[in-house]
Amino acid sequence: MVGVSDFPFLSILTGAPLVGALVVAFLPRAKPELAKRVALIWSVAVAVLAVVMWFAYDAGGDRFQFRESYTWIPAWDARFTFAVDGIALVMLLLIAVLVPLVILASWHDADTSKRSVPVYFALLLALESTMIGVFAAADVFLFYVFFEVMLVPMYFLIGSYGGHQRQYAAVKFFLYSLVGGLFMLAAVIGLWALGGKTFDWQDLLSADFTTNTERWLFLGFFVAFAIKAPFFPFHTWLPDAGGAAPAGSAALLVGVLDKVGTFGILRYCLPLFPEASRWFAPYALAIALIGIIYAALLAVGQNDLKRLVSYTSIAHFGFIGIGIFAFTTQAGTGAVLYMVNHGLATGLLFLVVGMFVARRGSALVSDFGGAGKLVPLMAGVLFFAGLASLALPGTAPFVSEFLVLLGTFTVNKTVAVIATAGIILAAAYVLWMVQRTTQGTLNPALATVDGMRRDMTIREKVVVAPLILLLLLLGFYPKPVTDVINPAVQATMQDVGKTDPAPAVQEASR
Amino acid sequence: MQDLQLPPIDYGAVAPMLILFGVACVGVFFEAVLPRSARRSTQLVLALLGLVAAFVVIVVESDTRILTAGGAVAIDGPTLFLQGAIILLGLMALLLVGDRSLEAGGAFVAQAAITVGSDADRRQASRSQGATEIYPLAVFAIAGMLLFVAANDLLTMFVALEVFSLPLYLLCALARRRRLLSQEAALKYFLLGAYASAFFLFGVALVYGFAGSVQFGSIHDAVRESTQSTVLLYGGIALIAIGLLFKAAAAPFHVWTPDVYQGAPTPITGLMAACTKVAAFGALLRVLYVAFDGAAWDYTPVLGAIAVLTMLVGAVLAVTQTDIKRLLAYSSIANAGYLLVGVLALSKDGLSSTMFYLVAYGFTVIAAFAVVTLVRDADGEATHLSRWAGLGRRSPLFAGVFTFILLAFAGIPLTSGFIAKFAVFGAALDSGEAWLVIFGVITSMLLAFPYLRVVVMMWLSEPGESTPTVSIPGGLTAAALMIGVVATLVLGVAPAPLLDLTANAAEFVR
Repeated sequence: MVGVSDFPFLSILTGAPLVGALVVAFLPRAKPELAKRVALIWSVAVAVLAVVMWFAYDAGGDRFQFRESYTWIPAWDARFTFAVDGIALVMLLLIAVLVPLVILASWHDADTSKRSVPVYFALLLALESTMIGVFAAADVFLFYVFFEVMLVPMYFLIGSYGGHQRQYAAVKFFLYSLVGGLFMLAAVIGLWALGGKTFDWQDLLSADFTTNTERWLFLGFFVAFAIKAPFFPFHTWLPDAGGAAPAGSAALLVGVLDKVGTFGILRYCLPLFPEASRWFAPYALAIALIGIIYAALLAVGQNDLKRLVSYTSIAHFGFIGIGIFAFTTQAGTGAVLYMVNHGLATGLLFLVVGMFVARRGSALVSDFGGAGKLVPLMAGVLFFAGLASLALPGTAPFVSEFLVLLGTFTVNKTVAVIATAGIILAAAYVLWMVQRTTQGTLNPALATVDGMRRDMTIREKVVVAPLILLLLLLGFYPKPVTDVINPAVQATMQDVGKTDPAPAVQEASR
Repeated sequence: MQDLQLPPIDYGAVAPMLILFGVACVGVFFEAVLPRSARRSTQLVLALLGLVAAFVVIVVESDTRILTAGGAVAIDGPTLFLQGAIILLGLMALLLVGDRSLEAGGAFVAQAAITVGSDADRRQASRSQGATEIYPLAVFAIAGMLLFVAANDLLTMFVALEVFSLPLYLLCALARRRRLLSQEAALKYFLLGAYASAFFLFGVALVYGFAGSVQFGSIHDAVRESTQSTVLLYGGIALIAIGLLFKAAAAPFHVWTPDVYQGAPTPITGLMAACTKVAAFGALLRVLYVAFDGAAWDYTPVLGAIAVLTMLVGAVLAVTQTDIKRLLAYSSIANAGYLLVGVLALSKDGLSSTMFYLVAYGFTVIAAFAVVTLVRDADGEATHLSRWAGLGRRSPLFAGVFTFILLAFAGIPLTSGFIAKFAVFGAALDSGEAWLVIFGVITSMLLAFPYLRVVVMMWLSEPGESTPTVSIPGGLTAAALMIGVVATLVLGVAPAPLLDLTANAAEFVR
C-alpha cells in the first residue's frame, strides 16, 4: 500500500527551494517584482507541503519517519539518506513558516542596494534549501555537506546586501563557521574511519570507540556546533553578523541557522558519543550559564537594536544548552521547544526591528525615542515581541523556559537557580530597550523622518500576524508540538543512557 | 661472441608514449618545412589529435598489467590512470596555449633570445606571430611525463625526468609580456631543476651501491634482504626524494614555485601546476610504494614532517600574497602537502585517494589559470590582487566562476576539492596518521583566508578606476575553462565513478 507517508517529502522539500532559487536567479534583473512574487509563491508552496508533512507524521510512530535513501558514493558508504524525528520535524516546519514571512518582510530590502534584486531572493531560497537539508539529513556526510554549504548563501546575503560593516561581518561569519566546520570535518573523518566506514546515523549509533577517541570526536563536533549556536566564548561573530545582515536574513540567521548548532548537539553529539557527552556535560553547562549571564549583561549595554537582539539570542542559546545537557526529558523537550519558540519570537523581533530600522535609516537606540507616538501599532508589536522574548507567561517561550528550568532543577539545583537570574536580566534588557525606543518623550529628530509617519502597511501586518498568532497559540496550548518532540527527546536521552530521576516520595509513617 | 638479446617490448602497452614522442618529432619536422602561416593551426591540430589518440589507446589498454621493455617500464593500474590524467589535463592546457583571441599572436613570444627592450624586441612585440615550436615542446613534455609515471627503474625515471623538464624550462621563458620576469623564471627553474636532477642522480648511484640494481623490484628485495650498509639506502632515498619533491613543489624545496608560476606564460603555469604535479606524485608513489616500501618505517616520519612543513609554508605564505599567480602558487604548494598526506597513508586507499586528488586538483587549477588569462588590460594580464577589486560587478559570470573555483580550493562541499581532501584525510586517518590529518585541517583553515580575501575583493569591494575588464574568452579558453569547472562540480556532486576507477586502478605491479 502506498500511503501518504511514502511520499518523498524530505527530498522534495530540500530540492524544491533550490530549483526555485535557480529559477528566480535567472529572472530578468529589470523585473524585480516578478522575482519577488515567484519567490514568495514558491516558498508558500514549500510551506504548504511542510504542513502536509506535519499532518502525515505519526507522533506515536517510529522514531525516524519519511526515510528515503539513495546511493551517492558507494566507495565510502555515503548516501542521500533523509529522515526526520520529532525534533527535526518541528524545525523543518519553523523554516517553512519563517521563510515566506521573511521574503515578504524583505520585499524592499534589496531595492536600495546596488545589487541585483532577483539574486537576493534566489539566495534566500537557496538558504532555505540548505537549511531544510541540514535538518532532514540522516547521513553524517550529507549533514556535513549541508552544514558547510549553508554558509555560502548566508555569506553573500550579509556581504552583498547588509548594512554598515557588512564585509567585515560577512568574512568573520564565514571564517568562524568554516573553522568550526573543519574541526567537524576532522571528527567526521575520524568517525568514519573508526566507526566501521559508514556514514549512516543508525549504524554509527552502535559503533564502539575507546574513551579517549570518543572524547576527541565529541569535541570536534561540539566545537563546530558551539560556534554555530553560538555558545560563549565562540559567540563574537553573531553580533557583527546579526548587526550587519539585512533584517530578514538576520531573522533566518538567528532564528533557524544557529539552531543547527543545538540540533547537531542533540542529534550527533549526544547519541553518537554518550559517554563523552556525560563527561563533558559539566563544562557545557558552565559555558551555557556564562553565556546566559554574560550575553544578557552585554545586551543591556547595547545601543544598536540589531546587535542587541543578537546578544539576547546568545543568552537564549544558553538556556537551550542547559536544557540539552541537563539530560532529563523535561529539560530536553523544553530545549527543543525553546528552539522553535525562540525562532518565532526572535524572528518576530528581528523583523519588527527591521521595520523600525528601514524607516529611521539607523539601528541606534538613541536615534529613536517615543516612537510609539508616531507608529503606535509597530511599537505595540515591538513590545509584544519583546515580552515574548523575555518569556512572559502566556507567550510560547515561557512554556519552554519553564520546562528547561524545571527539568534542570530536578537534577541540578545550582544551575537552575543561576539560570533564573538570566530571566531577570532578560526583563531588564527588553523593557529598557522598548522604553528607550518607543516610550517617553518624542525624539524631535524622529518626527522629521518621513518614514516614521507611516505605521505598518498591510504587507507588514501580514508578516507579523502569523508569528504573533503562533506565539500566543503555543503559549496556551503547546501540546501538539510537545507531543511530537517528546518521544524524540526521550529516545535521545535513552541513547545518552540517562533516565529521569524518579519522583521522591516520602514514606508515610504508619 | 654471443648476440645481445633485445628484451621483448609490448608495443601496445607503450603505444601512448610512442604516439606522443612521434607526434612531437613530426611537429619539429613540420616546423622546418611548413610555411609560417600554416604552422600554428597544423601544429595545434596535430598535438591535439596526438593526445586524443594516446588517450584512446590508454582506454583500450586499460586492463593491461605488465612489466615490459626488460622491466624498465611498468604498465599497470596507476600508470594507466595517471597517464590518462596527464593527457586530459595536458589537453586542457594545450587549449589555453593555443588560444590567440585574447592577445594577437598568443601568449608566447616569437624569439625569446632577443634582448628585452631592444629595437628588435619592439619590432617583435608588434609583430603578431608567436612561436609555434611551443606545441612540439609541450607534447615532448607531456610524453616525458607519461614515461615518468611508468618508469620502473631509476635510470628510466631519470631520463624521463629530463625529457619532461627541459621543454618546460624553455616554455617558461617564452612569455610575450613581462619578458624579464619570464626569463628570470626560466633561468631559476632551470638552475634549481638541474640541482634537483643532480641530487636525484646521486641518489640513484647510492641506491645502486646498496641494491646492486636500479630496478624497483630488485631494490624492493634488497631492502628486505641485503646486508649492505643502510647508510647507502637512506642516503639514496633521501636524495631521490629531494629530486622528486622538488618537482612536486614541497617545502623546503618549493622556493622556485612562486617565481616560476608568476613569470611563466599563464597557460604553461597551468600545465605545470596540473600535469607536473601528477607526474611528480605518480613517480613518488611508485618509488615509495614499489621500491622502498620495506623502509617505510624509516622514511614516514621524515616525509610526514615535510608534509606538515609544506602545508604550513603554503598556507601561511599564501595569506600575505598580493599577486593572484603567486597566491595560486602557494596554494599549489599547500596542496602538495595534502597530497603527501595521502601518499603517506601507504595503503591502497592512500594510493587511490592521492590519484583522485591529483585529477580533481588538476582540473580546478587549470580552470583557475584560465580565468587569470582572461582578466587583463592594455598591458596584458592584470594579476595584482588590488586590480581584481569589484570584478564581480564588472563581469559577474567570470567572478562567479572564479568564486566557485576558490571554494573548491578551500574544500567547501559540493566541489571536487572537498571530496579529494576527504579522501586523502580519510586514508591517512585510517592508516593511523592522525597527526597529519590534524595539521591538514588546521592549514585548511588558514588557507581559507586568502581565498576568501579574493572573493571579498571581487564581490564586496567597489570597482576602482583600474579594475580591468574581463575579456570574452575565445573558443579554446572557454572550452578549457568549461571542462575544468564542470569537472570540479561533477567530481564534487557525483564522485562515485572516479572513486571507483581510482580504487580499481590502485595496484602497482612489481
